[in-house]
Amino acid sequence: MTTVQEIITILVVVAGTMVTRFLPFILFPEGEEPPKYITYLGTVLPYAVVGLLVVYCLKDAVFSVFHGLPELIAIVFIVVLHKWKKNTLLSIALGTVLYMVLVQDFFR
Amino acid sequence: MEFVTVNLLMSAFDPLHAFFLALMVNARHLFYGISMLDRYKDMGWKKFYLIFGMCDESFTINCTVTPPSDVDKGWFMFFVTMLDQIYWVSGATLGALLGYVIQFDTTGIEFVMTALFVVMFVGQWEEAAEHRPALTGLGCSVICLLLFGSERFILPAMALIIVCFTVSRKKRDGEVAQ
Repeated sequence: MTTVQEIITILVVVAGTMVTRFLPFILFPEGEEPPKYITYLGTVLPYAVVGLLVVYCLKDAVFSVFHGLPELIAIVFIVVLHKWKKNTLLSIALGTVLYMVLVQDFFR
Repeated sequence: MEFVTVNLLMSAFDPLHAFFLALMVNARHLFYGISMLDRYKDMGWKKFYLIFGMCDESFTINCTVTPPSDVDKGWFMFFVTMLDQIYWVSGATLGALLGYVIQFDTTGIEFVMTALFVVMFVGQWEEAAEHRPALTGLGCSVICLLLFGSERFILPAMALIIVCFTVSRKKRDGEVAQ
């Protein structure tokens, strides 16, 4: 691939990505009321999407040698810690450190 | 998408394929957009940037975190998005420049992203009156992951989520009508 072709490829990928980001806002502009169905989806999708993202992060772990056991341990730890302390940065930091210790020292 | 693009750059030149691949890999942004139609309303010029910079992390934070009452919502979301973009770009650049200097074992550090989404999930769970939407998202994703495998489960999962919500809405409306 030449440099020009590389630049075109990157621009095309950017264009495709931007279509997916802007499309809903173009289809349902601010001025007019979106269909009730879309408004309804807008109230439930945020919860479902974060669930989808969690599963997306674990997609390869499930099929690995340990079937996601270190991930499961770290997630349980994060959930408990977050319910207890309610500190976002603390939960993310300690959860990640625990996971790193788990995969570096115990699940090798 | 970053990793897919690296692959694209190393294979034969095919812009149409690259375009449709970008649409497919990023189809989840459609869900983000529908979720944010209301929140990004009345943001004026900031709205364009909020949509432009709506990556997974910015979306999750903007859609989950309620800013303190004395903070302007628009500026709050604007800075979440902008800082996120700055961290992305500077982090990637630093990583490329300093990668060889880092001596300690970073295995597992990628879990920070999982941790973020889990924390946001718990936050939403605590605030929500109804847990059905969250469970629908988890359940549909897990089912499709097991059925379709890790490479191609996102689109089926999105479709299944839409089907579930459509059915449960019809059911609910039916109950209300009766």
